[in-house]
Amino acid sequence: MTGPPGVSTAGRPITAGLLTDPSGVPRAQAMLQRAQWAALAFGKYDKSSVDRIVHAAAQAGAARAREYAEWAVRETGFGVAEHKVLKNLASSTGLVEAYAGHDYVTPRIDPVAKLVEIPRPAGVVLALTPSTNPVATVFVKALLALMTRSAVVVSPHPLARECSADAARALAAAAVAAGAPDGVIQVVDEPSVPLISALMADERTSVIVATGGTAVVRAAYSSGNPAIGVGPGNVPVLVDATADLGKAAQRIADSKSFDNSILCTNESVLIVTEAAAATLLRHLKRAGCHLLEPADRDRIRGLVFPGGQFDTRFVGQDATWIAEQAGVRVPGTTRVLLAPFPLAVPEEPLSHEKLCPVLGMVTVPGEAPGIDAARAVLRIGGKGHSAAIHSTNPATIMAYGAALDVLRVAVNAGSSLGSAGIQTGLAPSMTIGTGFFGRSSVGENLQPKHLVQWTRLAYNSDPAEVFGDFAGLDPWQVPAGPVPPYPLASNLAEPSSSRTPLPAPGPAAGARPGLDALRAEIRRVVLEELRALTGGESRG
Amino acid sequence: MAEELIAFPSKGEMLEASRQFWNPDKTQFWVDSGVPLVIDRREGYFIYDVDGKRLIDVHLNGGTYNLGHRNPEVMAAVTAAMQRFDIGNHHFPSLARTALAEALVNTAPPGLAKVVFGSGGGEAIDIALKTARHATRKRKIVSVAKAYHGHTGLAVATGDERFAALFLADRPDEFTHVPFNDLAAMEQALRGRDVAAVIMETIPATYGFPLPAPGYLEGTKRLCEQHGALYIADEVQTGLMRTGELWAITKHGIAPDILVTGKGISGGMYPVSAVLVSDAAAGWLSEDGFAHMSTFGGAELGCVAALKTLEITCRPEIRSMVFYIAGLLGAGLRRIQSAYPDWFTGIRQDGLVMGLEFDHPQGAKHVMKRLYENGVWAIFSTLDPRVLQFKPGLLMTPELCGELLDRVAVSVGAARDDARGAGASGRRRP
Repeated sequence: MTGPPGVSTAGRPITAGLLTDPSGVPRAQAMLQRAQWAALAFGKYDKSSVDRIVHAAAQAGAARAREYAEWAVRETGFGVAEHKVLKNLASSTGLVEAYAGHDYVTPRIDPVAKLVEIPRPAGVVLALTPSTNPVATVFVKALLALMTRSAVVVSPHPLARECSADAARALAAAAVAAGAPDGVIQVVDEPSVPLISALMADERTSVIVATGGTAVVRAAYSSGNPAIGVGPGNVPVLVDATADLGKAAQRIADSKSFDNSILCTNESVLIVTEAAAATLLRHLKRAGCHLLEPADRDRIRGLVFPGGQFDTRFVGQDATWIAEQAGVRVPGTTRVLLAPFPLAVPEEPLSHEKLCPVLGMVTVPGEAPGIDAARAVLRIGGKGHSAAIHSTNPATIMAYGAALDVLRVAVNAGSSLGSAGIQTGLAPSMTIGTGFFGRSSVGENLQPKHLVQWTRLAYNSDPAEVFGDFAGLDPWQVPAGPVPPYPLASNLAEPSSSRTPLPAPGPAAGARPGLDALRAEIRRVVLEELRALTGGESRG
Repeated sequence: MAEELIAFPSKGEMLEASRQFWNPDKTQFWVDSGVPLVIDRREGYFIYDVDGKRLIDVHLNGGTYNLGHRNPEVMAAVTAAMQRFDIGNHHFPSLARTALAEALVNTAPPGLAKVVFGSGGGEAIDIALKTARHATRKRKIVSVAKAYHGHTGLAVATGDERFAALFLADRPDEFTHVPFNDLAAMEQALRGRDVAAVIMETIPATYGFPLPAPGYLEGTKRLCEQHGALYIADEVQTGLMRTGELWAITKHGIAPDILVTGKGISGGMYPVSAVLVSDAAAGWLSEDGFAHMSTFGGAELGCVAALKTLEITCRPEIRSMVFYIAGLLGAGLRRIQSAYPDWFTGIRQDGLVMGLEFDHPQGAKHVMKRLYENGVWAIFSTLDPRVLQFKPGLLMTPELCGELLDRVAVSVGAARDDARGAGASGRRRP
């Protein structure tokens, strides 16, 4: 067939106003319904089946890490492809390795407390993914859902629509081929504000996992559905004289230039004690940071914050390009523009979040004023998010962590990957819980446990009541064949080779019965991809 | 009965008026059957009696309400269309008819190239039969015994004599009936090469959805080709994704010469039916386009309803859901069956097309009555009252499926006791 009914073969819309809802809401609601069915089936899968599916999906993502990295940069114009490859790998096979020993499927038995805990998946996860880390976030959310046996509907940021949708489909195809229920991962092709609002408020949505701007996160919390939303960052990094200043400089430069500062965990304001400043600056210069003279700093500030507001044109752009746009001459090797300013106050634009390789810098007389300065940075933005410190003094590090309204502090690590759990022991995630400080329900990096709850069988604590023997009891099953099965007529014991169905007259028909249904499904997904690529013109 | 669009002082008086002015026999039949249903408001898969009783509809008027009663998307499309269109003028090329014809051809089995519209299934069957006769210059039509293709002039003659003889509309010389699932009888009927067409519901609905034996439809199609007859697929009840494919006939690898759709294509909102015809069979449309006329055939509001219905039905999400619903309900029904193996004797299922067999000549009537009491509306098979037609909708949710199965389990058990107590008697045929 050619496109949906209501659109002619020539691609011209017929009675478009009558027949198509421009916001695509009904179609997206049908996705939630399909996801609900998938989740219902998936919630009965056993651990080994889940593992197989998770690995297959992760490998499918990792196999195309580079392709998607380049696609994301091409589509959004943000970031550094090389760094996105790393994020895509960390968010696919890396993520699975990080949770290799974890089990969100098998019931837990605690004979001492006389408790049995049965894991119960969220169900339908609505994943809002950003333009800044599009594919990596799709990977993480889809894989967390798979690990915990939920279905996920991905609603990508419009700027990163195509690469996000394709990545979601790639994981979906691999998951289904490995035995996952049909519809376990779906993606909205044409996201829009009314569509996302409708999905967030839909009663079939079990939980919204929102990564994006403040507006979308607040909308998620206002939807009436459970939500895990995270706020923006504005990361202070304190360096004192006890740190290894060479390493600190290298880590800060690497982190600030990683993917051109597109991670919300990237350093925003460097706070350095006077005792450390000169040495640190020398090392920073060697690591590719260019210290701006006051006049150049003002040009950069004026360019990146016209009228005091951050210009999103500069998100994820190269430092040299930004300098060039501002008419500032910098060495060609410059990775980070270092912009000194005296005081972190709201009217100073450089003390606000900067998703580009411009790093504010404040010099302070000592550690205590440094902590005050970091608190000031967080008053301006980024509450609950991340901070970093380079120091070898546990007292300073403890004081810093206890004073700052953040829920993670990367210590002697770059914040971009440190706070995101890739270079630290934190949970690896691009979705950083900002907790109560940041008006979020989650204070940790998003991880599988946030998508699963537990039914607890709680025995009478009276010692006379004997705890049952639950060893070996597993309520879950290995799925028998494709889920759902192809609806064969009940008088067919098994598919007959003589029955050759007609070629598919469009996306809605034509699967071969029985065991071949799986293959047909994969073919269908591939055809859909082709159709999407050719703008719906191909004849199926 | 307050605040309704149309109100009677009481249900009893309404039924009395129905007996007096509408159809005395039919009105009384339902009262006697223990299903004194007068449907008032309706929404999704729920219908509400005028007294407020809620029923889950798994009759759906043969799939008319596949997408639920008053599907909001279909309503919105028809409401919007009414701001600009009406039934239209059947003589002229029309925006809506052309768009629907194109959409139907694009989603049809290969080879179907033209669309003729009617206002209901019977009319569409008549168009199909007339088309076959014109194309082959032959008069005979073969259908299966206990077939049901509608009540119009030609359609009624293809079906059971129950509906034809009463009106002296049976024509045994032109309309041959052969036993279902009997290829030898089919060959015998076609051997004379004087048959214009075999018309076949892909799964005969009114006969209780007996499933075609493996190879039967395929063999019939081969025989048609051998003996110069056309194959007409009546997909009025089996089409529109009910079996998990848009048209059930494609599950058999058959490209019919003519395909008929009705009921569900209307979205349950505005009557329309359609006949999809291969170029080879569509000669009359070039020879004399005025040869068949129908003022309401392809009424433009109906075409808009149908376009929207087809668009919804073709969404990949819907097809996936049909698989899930079929799987869940099939498994649930088999569980119920295992509790009453000597009573609930069979489940005929192809996707959401289901016939439930009971071990009693009027078994399905007993089940129907108990289902009604327990909040489910399903109808027995007119031509085989052992079998209950069970036709859940395409958009059923998991929760509603669970509720439905709970109600069915209780009703099947109660009906067994009724039937065993009542012996083999039952009210006369409807």
